[in-house]
Amino acid sequence: MLEVGKKAPDFSLFTTPDQQIELNQLKGKRVILAFYPADWSPVCGDQMSLYNEMLKFFHKQNAELIGISVDSKWCHLAFSRDRNLHFPLLSDFEPKGAVSKLYGVYDDKTGECKRALYVLDEEGYVRWKYLSPVGVNPGADGIMDALDEMNSKK
Amino acid sequence: MSKLRPEVTGNDHIQGNVNAPVELVEYGDYECPHCGRAYPVIKKIQKKMGDNLKFVFRNFPLSEVHPDARMAATAAEAADAQGKFWEMHDIIFENQRSLNYEDLMGYAESLGLDMDQFEKDFNSRKYSDRVDEDFESGLRSGVNGTPGFFVNGEKYNGIWEDTELLHFLQSKVHAQQHEHH
Repeated sequence: MLEVGKKAPDFSLFTTPDQQIELNQLKGKRVILAFYPADWSPVCGDQMSLYNEMLKFFHKQNAELIGISVDSKWCHLAFSRDRNLHFPLLSDFEPKGAVSKLYGVYDDKTGECKRALYVLDEEGYVRWKYLSPVGVNPGADGIMDALDEMNSKK
Repeated sequence: MSKLRPEVTGNDHIQGNVNAPVELVEYGDYECPHCGRAYPVIKKIQKKMGDNLKFVFRNFPLSEVHPDARMAATAAEAADAQGKFWEMHDIIFENQRSLNYEDLMGYAESLGLDMDQFEKDFNSRKYSDRVDEDFESGLRSGVNGTPGFFVNGEKYNGIWEDTELLHFLQSKVHAQQHEHH
């Protein structure tokens, strides 16, 4: 994974069938990157559903949440609608896993993203990272603590 | 290791012996089917453990997947204003599939609550804020799904079905008894 203090590399990925999100466009906001193995699998579903409930906590901290997996944009669309998600899911689909590899969270054996979290500051520097066991939903306490700590260091 | 934050206080909904050697906290969602299955399991555990257990319930409604869960949680909090939190908690879990506004009003009425007062409390911010505070404390404690259990302040990641949780809690009682002798 990228080290804390490193500049997070820019990327641009599809979030809907006709819309891309570029990381650099989010400058001025904190960004939570949640890499996860796959749409529809039980643990990811729970993890994304949990984060979906706490967007207001993230927004209060000037943070935007972004989910990233290697699923296609059409898959994300269906998953997002099914779970009523209110944050973007990005599709690291072509070339497959390119962004995940850049962030050191691609699993070559499964061909999926690992379950990993990054918190970036307003300038796009890594301030916190966490790699979770693939079958464990990491919850949100680590992210919340990281955001709080960033406030206290301001 | 995720820890319970904040610790249990007098503001919590507590059942059983407040000085018990073992404290079990559940973060629950009234509309969640797993919590519904956990409900009788907890009842059984409480019966078996008696004075050795303090049980605490905190709200963790996942509103996007369970649209009536937060409203149900608010109803139980509003019932608390008339001293009937646990009665409402029980009746809601026993009727998990019927949690719309009229259903909840019906449960309140069946418990003999002062309905004017209940409706006022139910619609006031005070009790829905309480639900949101519980939810935030759950997030900070590392709850990652419901039901989320904490035993003596530490997250319990084991199985809660059948007798696994009971045995774990009983082992905690034994461990404490050893410390004291």
